[in-house]
Amino acid sequence: MSNIKLRKVDVIFSPYSVAPYEILKNAMKRSKDEVVQELIDSGLRGRGGAGFPTGLKWKFAKQQESDQKYVICNADEGEPGTFKDRKLLVEVPRKVISGMAICAWAVGASKGYIYLRREYRYLVSHIEEELELYHKFAKEAGLDFKIEIFMGAGAYICGEETALIESMEGRRGEPRNKPPFPIKNGYLGKPTVVNNVETFASATMVCRMGADEYKKLGTDDQRGSKLFSISGDSPKKGVHELELGMSLEDFANEFGDGDTKAVQVGGVAGFCIPKKQFKTTIIGEGNTTGGSTMIFNSTRSMYNVLHNYLDFFAEESCGQCTPCRVGTQQLLKGIEAVKSKKKPPEYLDQLVKLAETMRLTSKCGLGQSVTNSFSSIVKNFREEMIY
Amino acid sequence: MAEVKELVKELVDKYGRERKNLLPVLQGIHLETNYLSKEAMLEVAKQMDLSAAEIYGTASFYSFLDTKADGKYKIRVCKSITCEMAGKSEIIRTLEDMLKVKVGETTEGKRFSLLETNCLGLCDQGPAMLINEEFYTQLTPAKVRKILGEYIRNKY
Amino acid sequence: MAEQVKLNIDGVDVQVEKGQSILDAAKKVNIRIPTLCHHEDLCVAGNCRVCVVEQEGKNTLTPSCATPAEEGMVIKTSTPKVRRARKDLMALLVSEHNTQCTTCYRSTNCELQDLAAEYNVDNNIYLSVLKENLEIDKSSWSIEKDDSKCIRCQRCVRTCAELQHVNALAVTERGRDMRISTFMHLPMNEIVCTNCGQCITHCPTGALTERRYYDEIWEAIDDPEKHVVINTAPSVRVALGEMLGFPVGTRVTGKMVTALKKMGFDSVLDTDFSADLTIIEEANELLVRLKDALVHKKDVALPMITSCSPGWVKFIEHMYPEHLAHLSSCKSPQQMFGALTKTYYAEKKGIDPSKIVSVAGMPCAAKKYEANRPEMRDSGYHDVDAGLTTREIGHMIKQSGINFLELEDSEFDSIMGESTGAGVIFGATGGVMEAALRTAYFVITGRPVPFDNLNITPVRGLKGIKETSIKFENCLPEYSFLEGVEAKFAIAHGLINARQIMDQIVAGESPYHFIEIMACPGGCIGGGGQPIPTNDEIRKKRIQAIYDEDMNKPIRMSHENPEIIKIYEDFLEKPLGEKSHHLLHTKYRKRKRY
Ligand SMILES: Cc1cc2nc3c(=O)[nH]c(=O)nc-3n(C[C@H](O)[C@H](O)[C@H](O)COP(=O)(O)O)c2cc1C
Ligand code: SF4
Ligand code: SF4
Ligand code: SF4
Ligand code: SF4
Ligand code: FES
Ligand code: FES
Repeated sequence: MSNIKLRKVDVIFSPYSVAPYEILKNAMKRSKDEVVQELIDSGLRGRGGAGFPTGLKWKFAKQQESDQKYVICNADEGEPGTFKDRKLLVEVPRKVISGMAICAWAVGASKGYIYLRREYRYLVSHIEEELELYHKFAKEAGLDFKIEIFMGAGAYICGEETALIESMEGRRGEPRNKPPFPIKNGYLGKPTVVNNVETFASATMVCRMGADEYKKLGTDDQRGSKLFSISGDSPKKGVHELELGMSLEDFANEFGDGDTKAVQVGGVAGFCIPKKQFKTTIIGEGNTTGGSTMIFNSTRSMYNVLHNYLDFFAEESCGQCTPCRVGTQQLLKGIEAVKSKKKPPEYLDQLVKLAETMRLTSKCGLGQSVTNSFSSIVKNFREEMIY
Repeated sequence: MAEVKELVKELVDKYGRERKNLLPVLQGIHLETNYLSKEAMLEVAKQMDLSAAEIYGTASFYSFLDTKADGKYKIRVCKSITCEMAGKSEIIRTLEDMLKVKVGETTEGKRFSLLETNCLGLCDQGPAMLINEEFYTQLTPAKVRKILGEYIRNKY
Repeated sequence: MAEQVKLNIDGVDVQVEKGQSILDAAKKVNIRIPTLCHHEDLCVAGNCRVCVVEQEGKNTLTPSCATPAEEGMVIKTSTPKVRRARKDLMALLVSEHNTQCTTCYRSTNCELQDLAAEYNVDNNIYLSVLKENLEIDKSSWSIEKDDSKCIRCQRCVRTCAELQHVNALAVTERGRDMRISTFMHLPMNEIVCTNCGQCITHCPTGALTERRYYDEIWEAIDDPEKHVVINTAPSVRVALGEMLGFPVGTRVTGKMVTALKKMGFDSVLDTDFSADLTIIEEANELLVRLKDALVHKKDVALPMITSCSPGWVKFIEHMYPEHLAHLSSCKSPQQMFGALTKTYYAEKKGIDPSKIVSVAGMPCAAKKYEANRPEMRDSGYHDVDAGLTTREIGHMIKQSGINFLELEDSEFDSIMGESTGAGVIFGATGGVMEAALRTAYFVITGRPVPFDNLNITPVRGLKGIKETSIKFENCLPEYSFLEGVEAKFAIAHGLINARQIMDQIVAGESPYHFIEIMACPGGCIGGGGQPIPTNDEIRKKRIQAIYDEDMNKPIRMSHENPEIIKIYEDFLEKPLGEKSHHLLHTKYRKRKRY
């Protein structure tokens, strides 16, 4: 485990500084394999949470034989404590769209969608303005790739890529069985690349800077820079771009209010790290990289925090699979029962085991990741759960 | 009734009859009529050749496709963690007092529906709420009274 | 041969076709993996998760029903991790469940109960998260829906969509509020449901059941004033045994009759009799329509379609209300029987029809609804007082303490107890067609239908839509208008196939003259009132039993049934006559599609 000092950087939000769509144009002058290889070399991983290597995903998509492929930008940003995608779409939509277009050009897709969460409807006209510019460019450059906005309708689970696709097909956003993955069998059964907003913007920057330059940022484990949505008990709430690989201690010192007792890393699907582990925790290693960091100071009841999370899960679970639908309710009712002394403290251990069953057996990432926050809070703040 | 039929036809013509266009069509109706009435859903079923049960099943999955709350202005207050920490309960209380309804209810005359929702992506500026497409941040009871007061006065 | 993949399950190498699931592969080497949401008839859902197994190299468990077998996979199906997870999942399902096995209709025939027992689930391990205020929906004549016993496996939803293409049921809401419901949560009697009952036979639990009437029947039997008559459909006798200790596919006709008599039914009659009658009426109706079309050049609705499946009838009323003229006006055998019981039978036996309780033992859930259609009162009384499913009859036999396995055989009572092989095969898809052709061909040409042993094999089997054609040659003078005509026939079972047939008709492209449609896959032997489970393997065995029964009958053409000949002589006078029209034919109504 190696970590580097906390360092603010300015890659993703840096001014575009070249003519519109110049980066895309330059990419298109190279060979497709070369561009994909550049992405692979850069070490860029998905910024939507799962952290899959982006270059590899594109490579697989490129290898698929199909008359039609799709590129989807996942702008369903619903993880509590995350708002960086919104900021990207407001401030640098061109980088996001360029990333989609580079991807489409490289993998051979002719149709793209931005799946925009319903809550962000007010961004539509702003994004459409940029899309107009893009389509003009694409026409001139002879790039056959059109992008449309698809409006979500209010469901966190639609951020999960297969649920997102179901939703685009006019159905309930219930995650699919995997395999097959979208890369093989995605939107309307065709190979589909789904990437996060930030992933596309970062891909654009990789193309601009070159893999070697990009790789200089971060550690061996995690390359590049990343946006962090910081909220909670912090005097510096907002989106900050940081080089990857810093310790949580540095982070809390920089962004906490001096009284930080725990940080939730990776949104409610991530881990809740107590102060005593700040030193040994590197953000993004072994925890998720969605970039939501919520800071709690000593006045906060971790019982209330967990209760709020569990209520969120029980409501936002799609409800199709047993462990997640029933498990989330059990965990919620369970901590209530312990708190109100209807169940003994040992019941918490039973619940931790249940959360593990949910991890092992749930169909998608939602049910699988409930244990992250649940177990980390229950283990580290056990007294707060009981008294 | 005839109006709903026309509206649905317009939307189906615009987006297409395939199932994949169901969400845009439902949202189009929602924008015009504030919610999805039984008649509207039946009309969609007819025109898109889908079963009514499937349409209801799909609509009821999404929290922005209301089949009940039918207020003209939908107030959605964020109840996720950082907004809760920033004082969301007080905001709700203020709204309930002003509107004389509880969360989930619609005022008489169908002007306001008061709803809670999950994270709006404005967590650095909580407590936050959405009134239709407008968002309001860093709310305090006083601020809420002012905002809502304006709705009541101007936008009735 | 399709591409094969090799994998290893519990130390055993197994090879399967690419695309088959781990579950399929395990079955091949006799390893049983528990399932709940899986059903052979339906597409994969992968939502109950009890079929999870350990897959080498993965840090979560793998759902075996939903995961294709891949080359080189190493699978373990019964490790401590797997067992613990399954037990936990069962405990979760139970915590959401209204566990009342002692009073549940599906008790001892419930997949949830079986698995919970197998894993010896501790009921108190988790808190109850059963929703309060769940009311049982008893609005339908046929279907009872009890959400408190639903495990949300979506088998019913998939059944209604994939097999029946009705989509009356849907998954609604999400998360903890997710449930199986209808459009706007309307009661079952206000929606497009056809009452076919397929969702019941595909439900693993007691959440969907038929509305039961046996207590009323017991009461009637006990009432000395009442004369209780039961007629049993052909499919009942080839499936009832499954509930009472016999292997699938056993014919228990004689034992069933004995049991029903012992239970106190005053008369045990055979629906096959009215099936034969249906053939006479329907064949004649078809000939009239053909003559009208060919000779009188009238604009009659062709193809004509059978009407003996009430689920199908309600389906067409909802979905194709503009095309009802294609339906034969014949009532179903059940309703013909009912109408005759309170007229012909009452007259012959000298019994006051108001004292008769007529009961139909059926493989079907829709027949309960049909019996209650307001127009079904042509005898002046409620033609059929109650419809019982095969399952209810099985229950009644158990309730009466009869040792069914050891029972001696007996014969149906008379009158209206005599039948032919043609009536028997009504129970299998293609059977009505075969029976009709046996008679129609004879009527037209004076010769038996030109197939070996009268077995018209092209109409048999489980293919969704079957076709055949027959050329009429050397017709009797009366039917000379059919000379050289090649008549085309089709058979569909399962409403999704019915929809294909109907869409063809709507488009004006149907090449057929006569079509048989049954709502349930496999025909009545796979009906919504049949013993659970039902799948293709079981359907095939029941069908085989039906054809065996046919081969064993001395008479195998409806028009040769002596009781049929007699009823025309004594009572009905002639096919399509005035009395027939009054008692044996009916009308249909347009219903809303949505
Ligand atoms: C419950 C759940 C919610 C998710 N929400 C989002 C989301 O809001 N935005 C996103 O980009 N990815 C989200 N994901 C991850 C996506 O499934 C997918 O991995 C991602 O879009 C891939 O893009 P990436 O490789 O660029 O990260 C979510 C996953 C799960 C399981
Ligand atoms: S884990 Fe939860 S959200 Fe994911 S499929 Fe299962 S029920 Fe749905
Ligand atoms: S559905 Fe099954 S488990 Fe539930 S009460 Fe009935 S028999 Fe018992
Ligand atoms: S009875 Fe048939 S039509 Fe009705 S809900 Fe069940 S499967 Fe669907
Ligand atoms: S009603 Fe039966 S088949 Fe349908 S979801 Fe519930 S348990 Fe499954
Ligand atoms: S927690 Fe309220 S906007 Fe994110
Ligand atoms: S049987 Fe495999 S998930 Fe239900």
